[in-house]
Amino acid sequence: MAEVTPLAGGTALLEETPARPRRMQTRRRRRLNLFRYVVFVAFGLFFVLPIYAMVRFSLQGVKPGEYSLKAWRQIASSPDLVGAIEITLELAIITCVVVLLLLVPTMIWVRLRVQWISRTVEFLCLLPLTIPAIVLVVGLAPVYRTIRQHAGLSALQLFWAYAILALPYAYRALAAGLDAIDIKTLSEAARSLGANWLTVMWRIIAPNIRQALLNATLLTGALVLGEFTIASLLLYTNLQVELYNISRATLNAGVLFATSAAALIFTFVLLLILSFAGRRRRGRG
Amino acid sequence: MAAAATTVGDRSARAVRRPSLAWTGTLPFLCYVGIFLLLPTGIVLWGAISKPTGHGLTLSNLKLLGSSAARGFFLNSVELSAITALVGALLGAVLAYAVASGNPNGVVRRIFLAGSGVLAQFGGVTLAFAFNAAIGPSGGFLTHATWYYDFPQGIGLIYIYFQIPLMVLVFLPAVDGLKVQWREATENLGGSTLQFWRHVGGPLLAPAFLGCTLLLFANALSAYATIVAWENQISYVVTQQISVAMTSEVGLSSANEAQVLALGMVVVVALVMTAYALLQRRTARWLR
Amino acid sequence: MRSPHRFAIIALAAPAALALLVTGCSTGSSGSPSGKGWESAASASAGGGMSKLVDAAKKEGRLNVIALPPTWANYGTIISDFQKKYGIKVNSANPNGSSQDEVNAVKQENGTAAAPDVLDVGMAVALANTSLFAPYKVSAWNDIPTSQKEPTGLWYQDYGGYMAIGYDSAKFGTITSVSQLLGKKFKSAVALNGNPTQANAALNGVMMANLAVGGTLDDISKGVNFFHQLKKAGNFSPVQATTATVKAGTTPVVFDWDYLNATHGADVPSWKVFVPSNAVLGGYYAQAINKEAPHPAAARLWEEFLYSQASDGGQNLWLAGGARPVEMTAMTTNKSIDSAAAAKLPAVTATPQFMSGPQSTKAATYLATNWAQAVK
Repeated sequence: MAEVTPLAGGTALLEETPARPRRMQTRRRRRLNLFRYVVFVAFGLFFVLPIYAMVRFSLQGVKPGEYSLKAWRQIASSPDLVGAIEITLELAIITCVVVLLLLVPTMIWVRLRVQWISRTVEFLCLLPLTIPAIVLVVGLAPVYRTIRQHAGLSALQLFWAYAILALPYAYRALAAGLDAIDIKTLSEAARSLGANWLTVMWRIIAPNIRQALLNATLLTGALVLGEFTIASLLLYTNLQVELYNISRATLNAGVLFATSAAALIFTFVLLLILSFAGRRRRGRG
Repeated sequence: MAAAATTVGDRSARAVRRPSLAWTGTLPFLCYVGIFLLLPTGIVLWGAISKPTGHGLTLSNLKLLGSSAARGFFLNSVELSAITALVGALLGAVLAYAVASGNPNGVVRRIFLAGSGVLAQFGGVTLAFAFNAAIGPSGGFLTHATWYYDFPQGIGLIYIYFQIPLMVLVFLPAVDGLKVQWREATENLGGSTLQFWRHVGGPLLAPAFLGCTLLLFANALSAYATIVAWENQISYVVTQQISVAMTSEVGLSSANEAQVLALGMVVVVALVMTAYALLQRRTARWLR
Repeated sequence: MRSPHRFAIIALAAPAALALLVTGCSTGSSGSPSGKGWESAASASAGGGMSKLVDAAKKEGRLNVIALPPTWANYGTIISDFQKKYGIKVNSANPNGSSQDEVNAVKQENGTAAAPDVLDVGMAVALANTSLFAPYKVSAWNDIPTSQKEPTGLWYQDYGGYMAIGYDSAKFGTITSVSQLLGKKFKSAVALNGNPTQANAALNGVMMANLAVGGTLDDISKGVNFFHQLKKAGNFSPVQATTATVKAGTTPVVFDWDYLNATHGADVPSWKVFVPSNAVLGGYYAQAINKEAPHPAAARLWEEFLYSQASDGGQNLWLAGGARPVEMTAMTTNKSIDSAAAAKLPAVTATPQFMSGPQSTKAATYLATNWAQAVK
């Protein structure tokens, strides 16, 4: 039962089959499976119940027992909400692009040429975990005052802050991917064949870290879709802020749950699809 | 590859190693982080030690941190974060083990990983709504929990909901690193499951477990959106109080108080994250 | 080496290009006031007369207001009436915001076209932020009592009410005193309008309870103790009382301004409002114009509209919302008051008390130290 563990180093393990008591192994396996099923069912229930309650509320009709898609249709008919959804989706895309553009060339460059700075880069990337968003936003207010005056009032400007928030997650995803391949050899081989740096990054390295790139994108996207603190305290309206405003006006409004459920399902399906897409290439070089 | 070709014979002009300008390749990253992370942090820390009038520095603002009210907020924050981190870590570790011990390409693993990825970031406004819909005292669909607005039970349950997936995400690599061979070796030597965990698995996973618990602790400490959307008007934790200090309309609004509390938070979280980083390094050794 | 520099340029240019792309689609202008000279006019006549004001305001075409919920003192109708009368579009931002949120928005957004033009803030915030306001005296200036305005026109009170207890009489019968609320039938029923260390209405709620149980304006400790007892009895609900929670039945007993409590009658037919006979605590809010308002003429026209004594003017509209307009005394004398609406105001049997600035700050400071502990 050799497994190629997808860890740093990626060394294939030698197959070892010492003689072992079969009965104990089967029994252990059975006990383990029982344990796993119990755990999955228990946790599955715990996680699904609030979401189920949310979806059930969103399908509430006029009378308590009825079902109706009114709340879901309301999503499309509320201009503020649609606007907020649009802005947030656009923000997610912009932030993902910015984060990748910021991190990938830098991390590759550091691994290749400037190893001594890698500790600093790592520290800076993990620093946002130490500085809570609520603290950061206190200091971001003056910066955003300037941004408002010179770069416009659009909530899309939030991407500057969101990229910082996403750094720790994206860094770790990308680091895992970059550590698994031998950048030095790949880039030296490519350079010796005459490729310039852009080609090396775009056509040699990027395809090899596809899974890591996808992971980083998804983590960033999920972060942006769920972000509330910075948007609300910088006086911008994004999806979460709009949902919060609606909730203050109408307690338990069906449209709140419909939107939340939609956002959740959307992100989950995306993550699932991309987790399959990333693995497809595993067999090839 | 280090020193380029030097002119022969001119010793004084030849440097042992010419200072490379390669680091300028990281300049865009450094500038970006400088403006949008270091600068705001500096503004906050500077504000914490500035006089309220704005001219001059003073350490007297820090006395605020010693006031009984501030101590209450920090104690509440630590209490809530510690409870949810421990419970979340234990439950999350169990779930992570269940996921890791299955087929690495299996559907179950994918679903739980995707689910964890979503739910770890789900915390916040929408999560509080979902819980209000499920067990809220006024609109609860499953039950009307009278303890929903109690601290720390009510909000703690909501926090645990996103702490567990986060634990799965950060602890899974460590559990994956527990090689099957070690388990089989223990068996071959006649060891039971309990003995495996006590002498092999436990000690190996301990640093990672501790480190991930600390991460969960820092995560709970920093959480703001969830407890705001919980709609409890009583300000319990430091993050809420920072926001109150910024938006209070009863004459208590004080940018300095917000900044001092922020400074306190940064110190606490920095300590926790340093411990986490040290533990991570120890863990990484075993996983290679 | 060429590479790191080319590298740096590309990596730096890309986000910058993105930023340009993003901002190219935005609609922010530099936002400097364009109302020819109105930003420094301290009254309508000083700027050239009412008709010139109306023309300039119409030319500006927009007004930015903030933190004005539609159900708060009839602001919904006031805003739509103003829009209809002058054809000026009113942008209402952050309706759930507090007075401090308004000031924060001014500080954060000044210099852009989205900055609030006018503010409606609690007295504590008004007194603390006069440096942000432009002096302006409305035409009806002399009808505002002297104690309720700032001499140079930086701020002027607009409407007010008394702190009252609203409750669902179908559930609780008739309530006649504050101490009744400690009874068993009020489990999880009593709510404030917000967090007293943050919101003006909530602070006044605690102060009113304080007066009712024997405290004074200078010492709010008895009030805090009352809420402590309430929490111990399990009667205190930590949820903010809003139209939504009252409608849903989550908060059947609410400490709030009488004009806000009165609006719940529309949703709950058995809703009653009473002002305790021994605790008549009044509070007024204040208007101010942003010194750097992006639409200075529209801002001033808005104030003229709000302080107009006409039957469709702001004062009577506020009265229709259950609030006491600041010019009420003068309007009762010159008969411009809507007497039907005035008769609907809750009867008040004692002399109203008002918290002064220092008293308000003292109460707030006490709450900051003791509230969280008391209601934990």
